[in-house]
Amino acid sequence: MQMPPLDPAILSRRSEIVSALQAIVPGEGVIDDLDGMRPYECDALSAYRQMPLVVVLPETVAQVSAILRYCQDNKVKVVPRGAGTSLSGGSMPVGDAILLGLGKFNRVLEIDYANRCARVQPGVTNLGITKAVEHEGFYYAPDPSSQIACSIGGNVAENSGGVHCLKYGLTTNNLLGIEMVLMTGEVVRLGGKHLDAGGYDMLGLMTGSEGLLGVVTEVTVRLLRKPATARAVLLGFPTEAGAADCVAAVIASGIIPGGMEMMDKDAVKCAEAYVGAGYPLDAEGLLIVELDGPSVEVDHLVDRVAEIARGRGATTVRVSNDEQERVLFWAGRKAAFPAVGQISPDYMCLDGSVPRGKLVEVLGEMRRMSKQHGLRVVNVFHAGDGNLHPLILFDANNPDELRRCEEFGADILRLCVRVGGVLTGEHGVGIEKRDLMGEQFTEIDLDQQMRVKCAFDPDHLLNPGKVFPKLRRCAELGRLIVTQNKIPFPDIPRF
Amino acid sequence: MASTIKPRDAKELRQAVEWALNEGTTLDVRGSGAKLALGKPMVCDQVLDLSGLSGVIDYAPEELVVTLRAGTPLKDVEALLAQRNQMLAFEPPDLGPLLGRPAGEGTLVGAVMGNLAGPRRLSAGAARDHLLGFNGVNGRGESFKSGGKVMKNVTGYDLSKIIAGSWGTLAVLDEVSVKVLPAPDQTRTLLLLGLADEAAVKAMCVAMGSPHEVSGAAHLPGKTALRIEGVAPSVEARLRGLRELLADSGTRMEELGTLESRTFWREVRDVAPLKAAANDVVWKISCPPTEGPAIVARVRVECRAAEAFYDWSGGMIWLALPASADADHVLVRGAIGASGGHATLIRAPEAVRAAVPVFQPQSPALAALSARVKESFDPKALFNPGRMG
Repeated sequence: MQMPPLDPAILSRRSEIVSALQAIVPGEGVIDDLDGMRPYECDALSAYRQMPLVVVLPETVAQVSAILRYCQDNKVKVVPRGAGTSLSGGSMPVGDAILLGLGKFNRVLEIDYANRCARVQPGVTNLGITKAVEHEGFYYAPDPSSQIACSIGGNVAENSGGVHCLKYGLTTNNLLGIEMVLMTGEVVRLGGKHLDAGGYDMLGLMTGSEGLLGVVTEVTVRLLRKPATARAVLLGFPTEAGAADCVAAVIASGIIPGGMEMMDKDAVKCAEAYVGAGYPLDAEGLLIVELDGPSVEVDHLVDRVAEIARGRGATTVRVSNDEQERVLFWAGRKAAFPAVGQISPDYMCLDGSVPRGKLVEVLGEMRRMSKQHGLRVVNVFHAGDGNLHPLILFDANNPDELRRCEEFGADILRLCVRVGGVLTGEHGVGIEKRDLMGEQFTEIDLDQQMRVKCAFDPDHLLNPGKVFPKLRRCAELGRLIVTQNKIPFPDIPRF
Repeated sequence: MASTIKPRDAKELRQAVEWALNEGTTLDVRGSGAKLALGKPMVCDQVLDLSGLSGVIDYAPEELVVTLRAGTPLKDVEALLAQRNQMLAFEPPDLGPLLGRPAGEGTLVGAVMGNLAGPRRLSAGAARDHLLGFNGVNGRGESFKSGGKVMKNVTGYDLSKIIAGSWGTLAVLDEVSVKVLPAPDQTRTLLLLGLADEAAVKAMCVAMGSPHEVSGAAHLPGKTALRIEGVAPSVEARLRGLRELLADSGTRMEELGTLESRTFWREVRDVAPLKAAANDVVWKISCPPTEGPAIVARVRVECRAAEAFYDWSGGMIWLALPASADADHVLVRGAIGASGGHATLIRAPEAVRAAVPVFQPQSPALAALSARVKESFDPKALFNPGRMG
């Protein structure tokens, strides 16, 4: 993984930059000693590490604005960071960039039940929002598996998903507004408690922009009423194809489950050994389907899903009879990653997304690649929306295995694109998939995206080295050569 | 009158833009032209007519995705989906009749370009939430794409969002992939009769905050409507639950069955309940739901003839005002004031739309950012110049 070369001019000005930041954020808010910066040297993609130039932890929007303006004026790069749980290296530090941590923005500012929204600071955790409103029967729908730790500001940057986005959407579908600071230090508010702010949908563009366009300082999220009931159905199939087929059949029948997850035989074995959820060990493919809503509806749909599954050859059909059992069914799925961690020194978690109809083909091809690369792969994923999470098992202490693992991972993502899918469904491009962007996009596609970046950050100072495989200067991207009257009118009907 | 170019395929579309770029020719980009009377009036050198790029490319019901050409009529798409019991969940409105044109003219991409949405916006999102990806041509004459055909995709910037609601000013689309959803088996409506605006919005907010999954909440003069959709046993139970929940308001209640409900909500979607005289100007206001009645009351202090109804639980106000040279834009936007929200002038004579801001004015920083984003797609301002003001 190549990061941009460090700028010696910036490195030599480090003490001056630290002093400038200390003048903006007094007290303990600037961390420049190695021990203090150590916790920030990586995010959840911990295979890649780099110490930042300096860490700054502002507490007010005015400070964020002053920091960014200083960085713009002095051409200092900035890496924004929420809770540092990115799985794609989205908040990995860069050696000649300041690390701007938003952790002190941790307050819930306003809860408005009548208008079903909450206004929070970006450092509030995803689960923290639900915790603040659940006593009134409300919750915040997107539920990435890191929800206990990840921040809502990070969720905006990454457009995070989760188990329930099949029915309730990703972060982008659950936001009403943000406040953000541009590199110029300008503070811009987008949306609010109302829907669909006029003008270009900057809120939608910001969501999932991986910290490359602006720094989010406040978020207004939509709250939902908790469904009256939820029941889970455990479905075991003698083949993976049977399970994948069942996923498509449920959707085709007009049912949109709250969640629909699939685990392969190895994942089932690991999870069962780890938490004892009572999964059928003979199943080649296991589905957990959750139906939520009014209880009569849930009962009705549970029966229909069970019937569809039996028609597709399910050998296990178990329906949760109480909340305790529902939680148990999920316990294995939720613990699947750490459970796989028990059987391998390391694993790499991928995140491609494919059309549901291609699941069988992709799973089969992955098995073949597994043999070819000599590494095991375990599959635990959001089947309902075709979002795969293959886990490649390897030993990071063995350089050859790390290399083969990276190659295998890249092959899987190329496969996803080849069958009509995409490189990443919810984890983001970051540094992890940066160099594969050319598999999905042409140079023209990427240039257009970079021009949008230039509209926000013409000097490429925000979150450098992420998302784009090859950086082009904005002046070069903006150049337009028009050869007046050199192109004859094409042979198109005109009248 | 400007002449028209009508490309027949993606290549011709790109060539047309390339040619326009070289000639410095501005383009009035349109599908069916159904919403031409919406937005700032434009003077363009040439019409770029996308109606020759029509038809469904791919429809896989079990994938919940339809891919189609930019000029495909909305009614064709809706009919195709209905055959498989599916729908466009954002309920794109047909604004034709409101804008003085026949019903059923618009294209799906036209609805996307306006980021339009009907009553189900509350629970299912707007056009922006359903556009999964597109292919198009930017103002440099380059074909590019963004997004894809899958439900979950965070690869690169989500340009679909910025395209939705851009009124054709950023790129000319050739092909879009749109998310579709199963259509509900049943649609029923609980009507609360005789509530004043404030009590009605309060009741709608209570209903929206209940676990009964209300998918439409509109308040017409004297009539407040809550829509419940889904499978039969669920619809029954939720209607019962809603009646109990709202019983203490002492309001008289009625129910509409599936067929009546469909008609009722289609009319709400298409703004038919608005008692607008032929010359009235029409505004659309988006605001926090609980603020709706106060905004309307502030307008009525100055303009007693104002007619209004509410959708989106009170968060969307359709407002008709008697004709005036400035469409009372200062009054309307002043009435929103600190409540938060924005107003769009949906219908007014061309001279009025030329004179007043049709779209909500933005802060200087946001306006400057929007201008830079526009330039990043269309540096010579070829596409629909000035349409968004």
